[in-house]
Amino acid sequence: MSLLDMFFGRKKISASVAKERLQIILAHERGSNALGEIEQSPSWLPQLQQELVDVVAKYIHIDKEALKVHIEKRDNLELLEINVTLQDKGENNVSNKKTS
Amino acid sequence: MAKVIVITSGKGGVGKTTTSASFASGLALKGFKTVVVDFDIGLRNLDLIMGCERRVVYDFVNVVQGEATLHQALIKDKNCDNLYILAASQTKDKEALTQDGVGNVIDELSKDFDYIVCDSPAGIERGSFLALYFADEAIVVTNPEVSSVRDSDRILGILSSKSKRAVEGKSKIKAHLLVTRYNPERVENGEMLSVKDIEDILRIPLIGVIPESTDVLQASNTGVPAINLKETIVSEAYWDVIGRFLGEDKELRFVNAPRKGFFQRIFGGGN
Repeated sequence: MSLLDMFFGRKKISASVAKERLQIILAHERGSNALGEIEQSPSWLPQLQQELVDVVAKYIHIDKEALKVHIEKRDNLELLEINVTLQDKGENNVSNKKTS
Repeated sequence: MAKVIVITSGKGGVGKTTTSASFASGLALKGFKTVVVDFDIGLRNLDLIMGCERRVVYDFVNVVQGEATLHQALIKDKNCDNLYILAASQTKDKEALTQDGVGNVIDELSKDFDYIVCDSPAGIERGSFLALYFADEAIVVTNPEVSSVRDSDRILGILSSKSKRAVEGKSKIKAHLLVTRYNPERVENGEMLSVKDIEDILRIPLIGVIPESTDVLQASNTGVPAINLKETIVSEAYWDVIGRFLGEDKELRFVNAPRKGFFQRIFGGGN
């Protein structure tokens, strides 16, 4: 960039914007990324998920993939998130959160 | 026992195959018995970059499926006695590779070679997963550009959670950052992420910086790995990578823009 460009503000400094955007999105993705978290998730989680699917399926028709169980650690609190998507009635969302 | 190194990135077009070809050639020219394996089933290109496309008879999938022996499928490099190429299949689909099948090939290669370089395809599907699964070390190829950095971060997550070393609870895969297509002038103008920015974000040690250069196209046009293009900065930069990989202390080069003249500075140009 020449001094004239700089003087007339013809070019923006975009690298710092890129860095900032990346830092924000990656902090978010690292936190919620199941791939990164998989080794810390408890061994009973898949079984819990399976049993929950079985119970819910008794009453409501749901897809096996429609129930997601996620465990997250935030400072000194653990968050167990159970998310059931009901497909038959459009985009209905039933979610149940429990802290322990 | 051979050391298995995966050249990976997540994003396509960042220079994985160029790097695989040059890295494997460099190790072989340093005297190590090296094999470079193309994991991009259905879209093989390593053979073109290595200049051996007309000598492919049997490929990786043939070996995995027992249709050919490893000995029949390995192609000896034309420039270097220590270097062999295992081409990907062009006709089979990417599901043709199985984890056990690839594991057996890696085990067999381990007996004869010092280094096994795995050229990963783009994406995070079967081919790229199998390319990184058996790795001891990884070279994460990243362009100074937001989508490439984000994809590299994702690949680092997979390396540390899904690879064989992670699953079996062994010591972590040693990941190295390689920044390619770097343009120091654009970095100085604030238009491009700097090496420092990328290091800050990905938090893995840097193994080298390959500047953006027209020589890379020359190399692929002629089927000669870029490291073999004498007296080019790309070749020098790849030799520095080899040196650092083998434990030498090499100062970082080609990361600063050449000084501009007085008129260029006032009126621009020369970029």
